[in-house]
Amino acid sequence: MCLAVPGRVTSIESGIAKVDFGGISQEANLTLVPEAKVGDYVLVHAGFAIQRLDEAEAEETLRLFQELAEAADREERERRRR
Amino acid sequence: MTDPVMEVESFRSESAARVLLGRIERLLKRAGATTDKPVALMEVCGTHTVAISRFGLRSLLPGSLRLLSGPGCPVCVTPLIEIDRSIAAAETPGTIVATFGDMMRVPGSRSSLESARTDGADIRIVYSPMDSLQMARENPGREIVFLGVGFETTSPTIAATILAAEREGLGNFSILPFFKTVPEALDMLAAIPDRPLEGFICPGHASVIIGADAYEPVACNRDMPCVVVGFEPLDILSGIEALLQQVAAIRTGQGHARVEVRYKRAVTSTGNIAAQELLREVFQPCDAEWRGIGVIPGSGHDLSERYRRFDARERLSLDVAQPIEQPGCVCGEIMLGRKLPTDCPLFGEACTPRRPVGPCMVSTEGSCAAFYKYER
Ligand code: SF4
Repeated sequence: MCLAVPGRVTSIESGIAKVDFGGISQEANLTLVPEAKVGDYVLVHAGFAIQRLDEAEAEETLRLFQELAEAADREERERRRR
Repeated sequence: MTDPVMEVESFRSESAARVLLGRIERLLKRAGATTDKPVALMEVCGTHTVAISRFGLRSLLPGSLRLLSGPGCPVCVTPLIEIDRSIAAAETPGTIVATFGDMMRVPGSRSSLESARTDGADIRIVYSPMDSLQMARENPGREIVFLGVGFETTSPTIAATILAAEREGLGNFSILPFFKTVPEALDMLAAIPDRPLEGFICPGHASVIIGADAYEPVACNRDMPCVVVGFEPLDILSGIEALLQQVAAIRTGQGHARVEVRYKRAVTSTGNIAAQELLREVFQPCDAEWRGIGVIPGSGHDLSERYRRFDARERLSLDVAQPIEQPGCVCGEIMLGRKLPTDCPLFGEACTPRRPVGPCMVSTEGSCAAFYKYER
């Protein structure tokens, strides 16, 4: 029930945002995230944006995971070569 | 360039998962965990329960780690008497009950909302609580009762709906409040003598609202590791890694529990302040009953004095008889971390998602339903 889905704000009109969820557009009420702007990523739950997502933190997490993946792939290649 | 927020594939890389699994295995060894004496962690949120089952994480993890499902499905912990009361509201002439779809099939003492609807009660499923205000506008002669189920993820959206109804002067909208709060439940679980678990995978989206600091009392006073975790496979594995680092340190006398966030793209230490203010304005804390568990002090939200007139219990007479629990269902013990769904004698036999006996089998996020669907 606590599922919230990330999407990108494409327009805002009187406290209601249009949010794009990878091609599907839906409205979200901005009462809980009044500072949201067009272009922001927000988490949407029950028709409300409940948080602005931090893009820099998302990139950082992704970078850490990518490093893990690359390290694993390198190790695998070396193991095969031996 | 990959989109750091929407690109879920990057959070599902198999190579990265292998590295994390290797680290998890080493940490379990360091903690001295074995298959007979495993480390048990509890995921408190139903969305985590589903993600763990769906991605098959349990089968990838070593046998010296046990993942337990806590009381994190708000539908599953709604007491039977409240289901009966919701049905009574729906059967009151002139009312429309509006609800999230998850509530429809939960068995009450005698029937469910779904069967009440088949028998003619006007019950409508909504996606957002705001949809019920539209219903109130379109049906001025009828009372619209919204079923207020949820944790801190959901309760602010309902608080905002009540404020909107107040601003608009809608006189025919009310709610039945069954809200629950997460930190109080975790504190109760952490305080169980001989507690069967050593760390919490804290809910991602309730934490968005309340902030990670809300778990400080549980971590510090109960020495219980708390890590806030996202919902992609790598998020979950990385959260488990963080928890095991703490568990290994505690078991070897080299550290104490603390709160950590491994879902930083969404969760801050202070949470969503605007939403918290709204909760404080519209609600006040109350003791709440959790189905299968009992009363947990201070773990619910009631309407505050100022908004009491939006309480359906004040507007309709909804007296219901003492409820009858189904014998044999062990949902309560599952949610306390003492049993797995497969330990229930009714699981998969007398109790299935088509004919659920207990609430954990009804909601898609219930631990029994997740086990039935993905891990049978
Ligand atoms: S399998 Fe059914 S009866 Fe058994 S604990 Fe789960 S919900 Fe309750």
